[in-house]
Amino acid sequence: MTTLASTAHVVLALLLAPMMPGIINRVKAWFAGRRGPPLLQAYYDLWKLLHKGAVYSKTTTWVFVAGPIVGLACVLTVLLIVPLGGVPGLLAFPGDFLLAAYLLGLMRFFTILAALDTGSAFEGMGASREAFYSALAEPALLLGLAAIATQSHSLSLSRMYAAVTWNAMTCYAGPELLLVAAALMIVFLAENARIPIDDPNTHLELTMIHEVMVLDHGGPDFAMIQYGAMLKLWVLGSLLVGVLVPVRTGWRGVDLAIGIAGMMILAALVGMIESSIARLRLVRAPQFLVAASVLSILALVLVMR
Amino acid sequence: MNLWIDTILVLLILTNLHILGSSRISACIRTVAVQAMLLGMISLLAQWGNVGLRLLLLAIVSTAIKAGFLPWLLRRAVREVGVQTEVEPLVGFTTSLLLGLGLLGAALHVAGRLPLPGDNGTSFLVAVAMFTIMVGLLLIVSRRKAVMQTLGYLAMENGIYAFGLAFAVEEPLLVEMGVLLDVFVAVFVMGIAIHHISREFDHIDTDRLSELKD
Repeated sequence: MTTLASTAHVVLALLLAPMMPGIINRVKAWFAGRRGPPLLQAYYDLWKLLHKGAVYSKTTTWVFVAGPIVGLACVLTVLLIVPLGGVPGLLAFPGDFLLAAYLLGLMRFFTILAALDTGSAFEGMGASREAFYSALAEPALLLGLAAIATQSHSLSLSRMYAAVTWNAMTCYAGPELLLVAAALMIVFLAENARIPIDDPNTHLELTMIHEVMVLDHGGPDFAMIQYGAMLKLWVLGSLLVGVLVPVRTGWRGVDLAIGIAGMMILAALVGMIESSIARLRLVRAPQFLVAASVLSILALVLVMR
Repeated sequence: MNLWIDTILVLLILTNLHILGSSRISACIRTVAVQAMLLGMISLLAQWGNVGLRLLLLAIVSTAIKAGFLPWLLRRAVREVGVQTEVEPLVGFTTSLLLGLGLLGAALHVAGRLPLPGDNGTSFLVAVAMFTIMVGLLLIVSRRKAVMQTLGYLAMENGIYAFGLAFAVEEPLLVEMGVLLDVFVAVFVMGIAIHHISREFDHIDTDRLSELKD
């Protein structure tokens, strides 16, 4: 039963991940008074990209080709580990949260390498910023997860999140879990290149970070990058939803449905955040990320007290 | 009830960190006011069930002064001297935040092994009180603008008030009133001093006061 629900989560994540950007864009359009692209636009884009050919610059090497493939493989593996609320991940073993965090790191590393491999100064700049910001976001993510691990006395993501219950939230660990949720929210926005850290809509602007690194990818490669980014949105989102929606009914099917609904609401929330606040100035963004780390450390200190 | 107090204490820690990390003076004034309000709530929650008229009156008066009147006074001083932000503090904002975390760790460590009379599970409150006092001190030594130093003084007073809450709930009305009056007068005098520093030097950076000679 548990395995069935976990498998269902992985399959649903693979199918529904492109829906998340669709919802975000629809909410943003609704706030701006426009109709917006269809909900399934991301699926159409992926389909279109898959049917295109790819052009490779002569200065690029195998690293450029490997970048999207390794990135997608990493995030697919993370998807197997990550639980969604009460639904455990397909793979669970002590210490898997470190593996998940560093697989995401490997994905980022290969994106950066592929960007540097093009030899474009513009992409190098984006790569440098991505490396800088993710170095600041990583402690927030790991320390936040460490706080949950300490609170639940286990080192496996699935068991950690199974311990984040309504009872824990209201009786003994409420403030700590809320702090972790706030920190994870900032990490979620930063890692997925959303406002207020990065603006996913800007192309060819001197301040953009993530989009600039993938400018030279085309066709199926770009489809893989896009799909990888959507899955990353899903994976980090499910870590966040697991804390924000501490409902564990015990019935895996119900938990799964609640989790999926939580993901959709999270996407709408991101759309609202993006419509209501402006992007931080580039020099202010690191301070915002340090604040996330501070929240995580505070949660960890409070849990250990 | 305990969870509520814990939540408010965590909020207190967050307000402290916010003062350390924010460069806008008006935001800092607001945050110190929020701190005073949170303390008023704690003083009522800690005695939930037997809140007497005296306690209620004390909470209301001290909250009104520290969250209403003193911030108003400071805001007026800020408006008159025309400063908006603390530019270039002696210790940077990110460094201050990290220092603040270190202080929190130290406060938790010390409060855990401090032998207190009538200890009834309030060591977290003591820790937060000590943390608030230390943050006040840090603000006083690490900020250039006189307004921020006054805010540090107010934060320190909030910490002392919280410390008193931890185990001297029955402290005499007179003592509490005396402290309030002291703070009131001190901030009043500081407001005037800020005004004079600004008139003499065209700014309120206190490190230039060392140039004064007689």
